[in-house]
Amino acid sequence: MTQMTPSLLPNRNRRRWLIDSGCLAAAGLIGLTRKSQAAGGKIRVGMTPAFLHDQHSLLGEWRAFMAASLQRPVEFVQRDSYRETMDLLRLEKLEFAWICDYPFLHLKDAVRLMAVPLYQGRPHYRSYLIVQKDNTKVASMADLAGSVFAYADPYSNTGYLAPRYEIRQLGRDPSSFFRKTFFTWSHRKVVEAVASGLAQGGAVDSYIWDTLAHVEPALPARTRVVWRSPEYGFPPFVAHRAVSNADFQLMQRHLLDTSRSEAGRRLLGLLYLDGFTIGSPALYDGVARMMRAFGEA
Amino acid sequence: MRWLFNLSFRHKIPLWTSFLISFSIFVVGAALMTRAYEDMKRAVVISADNLGHTLANTVAPTLLHDDVWRAFEIVRSPIRGESARTPVQVDAVVVLGRESKVFVSSHPDTLPMLSEAAALGADWRRLSERLSTPGDEKWPLVLEPEDSSYLYLVLPITDKDAHLGHLVLRYAKSVFHPWFIDTLWQGLGLGLLVLAVLIPINWYWGSRMATPLVDLAQRMGMMLEKVPEPLPPDMYPYDDELGQLFQAYDRMVLALRDKAALESEVVRSERLAAIGQLTAGIAHEINNPLAGLITVIDTLKLHRDLDPRVLRSLELIDRGLMQIRDTVAALLVQTKVQARPLNQHDLEDIHTLIQPEIGKRRIRLDWSATMPVELPAPASLVRQILINLLLNAVQAARDGGHVSLWLGRKDDSESCLSIVVRNDGALLGAEQLAHLFEPFASTRAGGHGLGLWVTYQIVTQLDGHIDARNVGGQVEFVVNLPLGDTPCSTASA
Repeated sequence: MTQMTPSLLPNRNRRRWLIDSGCLAAAGLIGLTRKSQAAGGKIRVGMTPAFLHDQHSLLGEWRAFMAASLQRPVEFVQRDSYRETMDLLRLEKLEFAWICDYPFLHLKDAVRLMAVPLYQGRPHYRSYLIVQKDNTKVASMADLAGSVFAYADPYSNTGYLAPRYEIRQLGRDPSSFFRKTFFTWSHRKVVEAVASGLAQGGAVDSYIWDTLAHVEPALPARTRVVWRSPEYGFPPFVAHRAVSNADFQLMQRHLLDTSRSEAGRRLLGLLYLDGFTIGSPALYDGVARMMRAFGEA
Repeated sequence: MRWLFNLSFRHKIPLWTSFLISFSIFVVGAALMTRAYEDMKRAVVISADNLGHTLANTVAPTLLHDDVWRAFEIVRSPIRGESARTPVQVDAVVVLGRESKVFVSSHPDTLPMLSEAAALGADWRRLSERLSTPGDEKWPLVLEPEDSSYLYLVLPITDKDAHLGHLVLRYAKSVFHPWFIDTLWQGLGLGLLVLAVLIPINWYWGSRMATPLVDLAQRMGMMLEKVPEPLPPDMYPYDDELGQLFQAYDRMVLALRDKAALESEVVRSERLAAIGQLTAGIAHEINNPLAGLITVIDTLKLHRDLDPRVLRSLELIDRGLMQIRDTVAALLVQTKVQARPLNQHDLEDIHTLIQPEIGKRRIRLDWSATMPVELPAPASLVRQILINLLLNAVQAARDGGHVSLWLGRKDDSESCLSIVVRNDGALLGAEQLAHLFEPFASTRAGGHGLGLWVTYQIVTQLDGHIDARNVGGQVEFVVNLPLGDTPCSTASA
């Protein structure tokens, strides 16, 4: 993956993947009991760095709103990497989750697409390539060859897959294109890494960068967007396939109706979203294409 | 430089002590400041050591897993903004990997990751040389490169036995300085306060000691010209060495005065003695031919057939010779006569004898004579002394003035007769006092100037003492005469 430490992280991830797959098989044996527990009981929703998941008061408000609407106790489960949330889903420790499009495709056998948020009226977002504000030498990805680069998360589309695909489009090998790369495990921290000068470039979710410009304008102001990727399907809300139809529909209805209530609109305003729609899996064909290019999925 | 030592004590004592006080305050202050600086540095090193160990332990797994972002978050955590700058506030944290390359730093702008430590500047080059030199390092390694504005503290990062790299903490000495300057100003203010209190006290004390010394020096300087005055008694009323010096000076001044008085008395006595010898010699030389001449004249006058004109001439010569004999007799004071002792009748005689003179000038006379019926003193001589002194006093007194006599045993002593005669006439001048008892020294019209001379001669030959002085607006003559073989003490009555 990087020139300096060519195989450390992929190896580790591959190893974890194998272990987790083993666990998945074991978990399947006790899946029935978990399913019955979930029915009529507590609803667990996984929250990932697909949005600014460290805004705790917002999350508290959202959880209360959701619980009141569903008439069920709701638990938000936050994890700092997509990987952990994906594992929780596989282990059926979550009923629902808001995950990135890339993990969605990874998990498409285990989860069902439930709803897609509408950002600026459309269920789409992009990847931004950002550099430090004063760095005027970089105009495109090609100018960042040999530099230090910050990725968000190995299971992030906009923060990992998309920039790597762009490098590939340049005819270069993403694993040797940069002098060194590292993961910050959050889009927000990619912005920090680039702003502080730790990395010369970084790939970040357009929704998060734009939201940051409202919530914490000083941080993105220290960075500059030099490249915008094509549009991809927005990170979706998914339900584990084990979730009952009733629960699935209840949750889907709740999400779609969010924009209909005053409290829901207020919440969407805080999230800088416009509402939810029943998305089609075809939204994510672009991501699937990139994954195929890397021999995945 | 010599002029500094020639300064008066009035200035030298305060100047020197002020200098010493200032110097002491400066030296103590400088020592304390140096100590404060060292203490601050030690505090920084202790704090850095604590922080360094914590960071080194926390950052070690990130090195193992090549987790740059986690490492960055760790090394960023102790960094604060400009506002929180204290001397113990770390300025930068750098993690150096195994090859002395920056793995991560708190300030990637200036200390970018992957750069060679040696390429980051002189301080880092020295630091990396030091780290690459094998040796028994004592951790933490504290580096304070000369002409650098930073202090560095280095700790190894290890995981079990594996050496992963080094953690470097950088502290800005520029943060020390304002803090140190603050302390310096505080110290300086305190020093000035102490000076403001001590210097006036010191000037007062110095001048208190110097003023009497300066006065003493001036008086000693005049000593050759005249006997100086004693010091005012309240000038330095203490018994330390300085006080003892002033007391010794006063004793010396008094001794010198007594000596001077004695010397002038001796000179006067010797002069009078010389004059006495001279006059006695001349008188004897005149007396012998004079006796012959008087005998011849007496014999001639016995002749009856003398021409009346010759007889008149003889009478004239005879009266002249008689006058010469009286004068010479007065000069030749004869005391070696067998005399009867003085008794009260003698005093009554004298009182009677001077009455005509007193009456003539309407003088008031106080007569105070206490004596036994008889005293072992030669009556005729004492009578002569009394008559001379009293007539002298009456003549010196103002018209309608006042004369007094006191006669008695001096201080009730058995062996000394004291006579004190006073008049209220013109006081005696210094010149008069010096030559009072010399023959023909009278300044008064009509006096032959032998009365006091004769009195002096008689008193001296009786081993007595005569003195004249001005007392309380009056002129006083005091005569002390011994009544036996023991001389009277010289102190005046």
